[in-house]
Order: sequence, then structure tokens, then C-alpha cells
Amino acid sequence: MSCIRSIVAVSFLASIGVSTAVTAQEMISDTTARKQPLTTWGVQFEEFEYRYSDDDEELGVWNADAFYGTDDFKVRLLTTGEYEIEEQAYETLENQLVGQIPISKFFDAKAGVRFDTPEGPDRTYAVLGVAGLAPQWFEVDANLYVSKDGDSSAEIDAEYELLFTNYWILSATLDATVAFSEDEEIGVGKGLVSTETGLRLSYDLIDRAFSPYVGVVHERKYGDTADLAKAEGGGTEDWFAVIGARIAF
Amino acid sequence: MKPRFLTGLLSLLMPAMVLAGEYDLTVDRVKIDTGDFVKEGIGYNGKSPGPVMRFKEGENVKINVTNNLDEMTSIHWHGLILPFDQDGVPGISFPGIKPGETFTYEFPIQQAGTYWFHSHSGFQEPDGAYGSIVIEPEGREPFRYDREYVVQLTDKHPHSGDRIMRNLKMMPDYYNREQQTVGEFFSDVSKNGLMNTVSDRMAWGGMRMMKADVEDIHGFTGLINGKGPSQNWTGIFEPGERIRLRFINSSAMTYFDIRIPGLDMTVVQADGNNVQPVSVDEFRIGVAETYDVIVRPKDEQAYTIFAESMGRSGYARATLAPEEGMEAAVPQLREPARLTMADMSGMAGMDHGSMSGMDHGNMDMNSSEGMSGMDHSNMEDMDHSDMSGMDHGSMVMGKEGPSDPFYAKGSGLVPTAANGGKFLSYADLKAQDPLYEDREPTREIELRLTGNMERYTWSINGVKYEDADPIRLKYGERVRFKFVNETMMTHPMHLHGMWSILDVGADQWNPIKHTVSVQPGTTVYMETEVDGPGQWAFHCHLSYHAAAGMFRKVIVEGGPESTQAKTDVIAKDGGEV
Repeated sequence: MSCIRSIVAVSFLASIGVSTAVTAQEMISDTTARKQPLTTWGVQFEEFEYRYSDDDEELGVWNADAFYGTDDFKVRLLTTGEYEIEEQAYETLENQLVGQIPISKFFDAKAGVRFDTPEGPDRTYAVLGVAGLAPQWFEVDANLYVSKDGDSSAEIDAEYELLFTNYWILSATLDATVAFSEDEEIGVGKGLVSTETGLRLSYDLIDRAFSPYVGVVHERKYGDTADLAKAEGGGTEDWFAVIGARIAF
Repeated sequence: MKPRFLTGLLSLLMPAMVLAGEYDLTVDRVKIDTGDFVKEGIGYNGKSPGPVMRFKEGENVKINVTNNLDEMTSIHWHGLILPFDQDGVPGISFPGIKPGETFTYEFPIQQAGTYWFHSHSGFQEPDGAYGSIVIEPEGREPFRYDREYVVQLTDKHPHSGDRIMRNLKMMPDYYNREQQTVGEFFSDVSKNGLMNTVSDRMAWGGMRMMKADVEDIHGFTGLINGKGPSQNWTGIFEPGERIRLRFINSSAMTYFDIRIPGLDMTVVQADGNNVQPVSVDEFRIGVAETYDVIVRPKDEQAYTIFAESMGRSGYARATLAPEEGMEAAVPQLREPARLTMADMSGMAGMDHGSMSGMDHGNMDMNSSEGMSGMDHSNMEDMDHSDMSGMDHGSMVMGKEGPSDPFYAKGSGLVPTAANGGKFLSYADLKAQDPLYEDREPTREIELRLTGNMERYTWSINGVKYEDADPIRLKYGERVRFKFVNETMMTHPMHLHGMWSILDVGADQWNPIKHTVSVQPGTTVYMETEVDGPGQWAFHCHLSYHAAAGMFRKVIVEGGPESTQAKTDVIAKDGGEV
């Protein structure tokens, strides 16, 4: 194939004296990483905190997720737990494993399973959800859960961040759960189950990797769920002072 | 490199028909000290930036590149016209250079001017793998200077390229520290009134777009020739001398606005090609572009070369001084730029319902369309000399703030000179010596620059590189590329291997470039004489946009008879591949 690029070849032959230095190069096909879907991963603890309630309850709480995948498909592990420090027991412990695909410019659909393994009875649910960014910058995560026994519930989380400065950030969160059927064993009544609202003031200390915060959290149970809690001798409303950090890596 | 370079010099002295030089480059792990932080990175011959490679037009160069890394590498000779298999893009030109291997590039130097080289593998370039190229012309240059310096800029970040990409994918605003705050809301209220401010915030919030999205990456230290602001690279001069400064923007992501307070700059070259001299107070250099300017300091004093990032999140600084150690004042950074609705005007699928409160400045984009997009075939009667002689400078300050035909009308990104003087526009660039005869393009190819900031995906015509078919061109045709920027970011588009003739409305005097910046909400045209057989990369030169998919392979089919052999058949009869 010495005919390839003879102009170049001639000048080279003349100059460098390499007889067949210039040869045809195949028009190779791109098999480099650039031509592959970009695979990425991340771990975020939206909440990693100590809570102290108005009736002296102490909790260690986290709410985190880890993902691995491409633009088109991600596997996401979501984990959240409330550990009662005095009783050394998990008040809640939920782990979800979902697959996630984009369904619109700003939203993804999720499907997977959720395992609840707190102190007390365990539950396994199928999960179907959407998560994304709603207009006016509300981060929204809405999920539908159906337990093995057919009990279903829905949960919506929303978060909004207010930037006092580019480092001092006030984030407001609202989680609400609604049950479509009663699951008395785990204290869930039909209807609006509970809400958790939080306000956290954070400071981005190391990039967005470590942002310590202080805040307040309000938890409340409603309707039948509140009645069930009262029957158990528990409270239906808690105020917490929280201190913790947002972590991402 | 020295001994080889000597051979190169010897061959210069020999009355040979053709010059030949041999050069060595090693690709090494290096430490990069910016003055603000020290970071492990990649360099050439033990340093980042690598050496200034000095070639001579007409020379045949042989460059031995030894990979001392434990990963694949490559070198792309940015802006050089060469055989495609010497272009150094893994997966397109060649397979890449394996760890421990030496690859020998061989190509004739067919041009002169200021260029640069960098790795085209992974994020090695943002990690430090870049250097400069200066090619001495065969003939005389149309301007005089007594001294010259390469002024190579970069935006060195404390994070590695891989980490930056991952963080952007996780949180697209990870690095943006100029977002609108509560404080800005109140200052806007006092300036524009409550209702206007609220409706403005609602309009942007409705789109889920940030006005502050000018630069994806903040937190870098601007380097000039490898030196941070505190290390202050200094070029020595004697008063009265003409100094040629060869500005090269080797940043991963950052556009710089460059000025030297107290000195006029005469722009004489852009992207390696001489332009008709234009005197400016300040200019914006896109990522991967080069501009050569001549300055003539008359006084025995120091002058600061000040390069502010377009989004004002960082800067680079250097000094010209009669002696080492002298300094001049370093200006303050100006207010961060904010996008306007005009910059959003290219956005497809925008929810116009939520935008009732906004300023419809975007409707009036005809200035850029009219300027660069006009159909020149219908204008035969027009006196084109008038056209190229038009004083574009006079268009810079309109009644409604600054304007530039290469920015959307009402854009928040239009640059103005800090001293109120002349800021260079693409419209000012006229080729000194057109490389090609002006002719009608044989066809037009539309490339919409597309993306989704929230997902940090970037694409062309809505398709990422991983899913895209190559763009097929025919050898010998003249293609008119129409870039339509539908994103809110500026994209420096770089076609490898063939010149990009930027349409500034100057016909045969249109400047010849290798990298063309397309501002948000604008349409920009460039033409390419398809004279480089083989296959080439064509991409946005913002490192993380290219990696996220704003990238294409271009295949040039056919070629001069001699090269027309089926290129898909490999030479098996010897030779080095």
C-alpha cells in the first residue's frame, strides 16, 4: 500500500531516507472508552446526623444513596436508618436497591425492592418511583411501595435549597407517607401516616464533599397511625435538634 | 531532546532540499506547583507544561514519544495539518501509545505560526499534558518584533480530571460557586423591583436553568507558562522593543479575557494564521484558541498580563518587566457574568408559558444571523470591499449595552474592555493571506450543539458520540457547517486535520481557524475545504463536554488518486504502524 499518501511519502523518502516508513494506516474503528457509555458512580449522605428530641430521645440517623451506571441506566442503593442510641436498636432501617432510567429531561423512573429490617417485624416491598428536579428547583422523589402481603403505601420527599451565600445553604425537606391499607404489626394505619420536616443550615467546608450542619426536625404521626402509636404508649410528635454533615464522595 | 535537536539544527545548516528534525518527548508523571496547591499530574520531558517545540515550515519532523505512564497516552498536534494517522487521537488516528512504548510521529510541517500539543487520552490534558508549538515561517512575516514569548494559559484544578467528571455527573453544580443567593435576590429587588425580580427568578426556575451557569468549573488556579498568580511568570523586555506574545489557551474549560493595562495590543495572528492587524485593549481567548499579539512597552516599568476567566471565577497573571522581580498592580476581578434570556434563545423545548415575565431580547437575534448567516450568493452586487472594511468596532457599544454579532443580542456574556476601549470580536478577524480561493460551498451540514446541564450530558444534534454515526465528507468538497447553539454554554468547536474558515461576512478574507467558539443562543457558520483524507475528530474542546458526548468522528472519503487506495485495507507489507 505504498501508494497511500504518496505526496507525503515522497517528501519523506527524500528527506529522511526511510524506505517504507509511511504506510497505510487502517481507518480504525473507535473502541476506546470515549466511544463507550460513560460509567460513573457516586455516594451521597444527604443526612448523617445526631438527633436529640424534646423528650430526651437520642438518635443516630442517616439517609444516603450510592449509584453506579451510565446516563441510560443506573443501579442505586438507597439506605436510611434511625438508630436509637439508648436502646441500641434501629427504630427504622430501610434499604432499597433500584434500577433507574431517564424518562424525561429532568426525571428518572426507578424500580426495585426495599427491605425494612428494623427492631421488630421485617418487611419487603416492591418499589416504583420517579425522582428528579421539578420546576423552581424542587428536588422530588416519589415512590410507591407494595409489600409482600399486598399492603401499599406512597412516600414523597421534596427538598429545596436556599443559598444565603454560595457556602451557607439552608435546606428545607419534607417527607410524607400515605398508606393505602393498614399494616398494624408495624404500626401503620390507613391514610396519612407521618411527615418529617426539616430545616438544616449547612456550610460547605470541603468542596461539596463535607458540609457540616445544624438544624431542626419535626416528626409527626397522623390518624390511625397516631392512634396505633398512642395505644403502644408512644408519642405522635417529636421535635429534634440535629447536628451532622452532608457528605459526598 | 537536546542531542536530537542538534541533529535538527545540523540538518538546518545542511544545504539539503528538505529539512528534517528529530525530537524526543517523554510522557511523565510530574508534580505541578501552582503556588496555591501542589498536585500530581502529567507532563512532557518531566515538566508541565511541556517544552516549546520549535519547528520550521517545510521541515519534516520525526518526534519520538515515549510513554512513561502506566496507562495509554497520545499526543495530538493541535492545529497542525498532517496525515490523519499522525493526528494522535486514539481510536480515530491510531490505537494510542502503550505504557513503556515509544511511538514515532513523522509528518511534514506545512504551515507556520503558534500552535500547541496535548494528550487526547482520558483527562491527561487537564491533568497537565500539554505544551506549545512555534513554527517559523519559510518567508518573511508581515510584522516585525524584537522578542517573542509563548504565553500559555491553563485552568489548573486541585482535582484530577476523572474526579471532576464524576463530580459533575453526580452534581452538575458541584463546582459552581457563583450561584444566585438570597443577597443577590434583594439587591435585584432594589434595582429592578420585587415583581420583576420574582418573575425573573420564576422564569429561570421554570426552565431549571441557572443564570450563573457561565463556567462549569470554578476553583482552579489560572497558570501562565505553568506559573500561578503568586509565582508570576515574567517576560523581560527592553523599553521600546516590540514583543510578540503568543497566547495559547490550553485550559480544560476556561475562557479568558486578556488585557495588559497600559499597553495596546495588536492582534496579528489567530489560530496560527496571520490576520490583518487589529489594535485592541482586550480580547477573549476561547479554549484551544491561540492569538498572537504585538505590544510595544515604551516605559521602564512593569506591566501585568491579566487574564480573567469569562465567568470571573478565577484568573491568571503574569508580568512583562524590564527586569526580573518588578511587578505592576494586579486588577480586581470584575463582577461575575450572568446569562440572560437571550442566551437561552437557542434552547429547544423551552417552556415558553413560564417565561411571560422575561425580556424577549432573544427574538432579536438577527444581528448574528444577519452577520454571519447571510446568504452571500444573493449579494453579488454588493461591494464587498465595503463589507470587509466595515468598522465592527463601532458596533460594540449600542444603546442597549454592549453587543457583538457573535453573541445573542442582549446576551449577558458580551465582553467589554475594562478600560472602556476596544474589545476584540470575531468580526474583526480578517485573513491576511487566504489559504483557499473563495468559492460556493458544495453543501451545508447543520450541527446543533445540544445538552442537558442537569444530567451533564452534551451532544451534537441531540446524539452523544457513543450513539453517533460518523459525519461523512467527500474529498474535494467545500462544506459549510452551521452551528446552532441550543445550550446555555459556550462551545469551542474544533475540527481536526482541516481548516475551519470562520464566516465573519468577509468572504475571501474570512479568518482561517482551527477552533470556533459558538456562544449560547447563536448560529455560527464555518466552511471547510475538505482536503484531508482519512478520519478525524471533531468536538467541543471543553474537556468535560467532549467526554460527555459532544464529539464526532469525521470520515473524509476519497482523496487524490494516490491516496485513494482502500484505506480499510491495512498495509501488511512491512513498514511501521
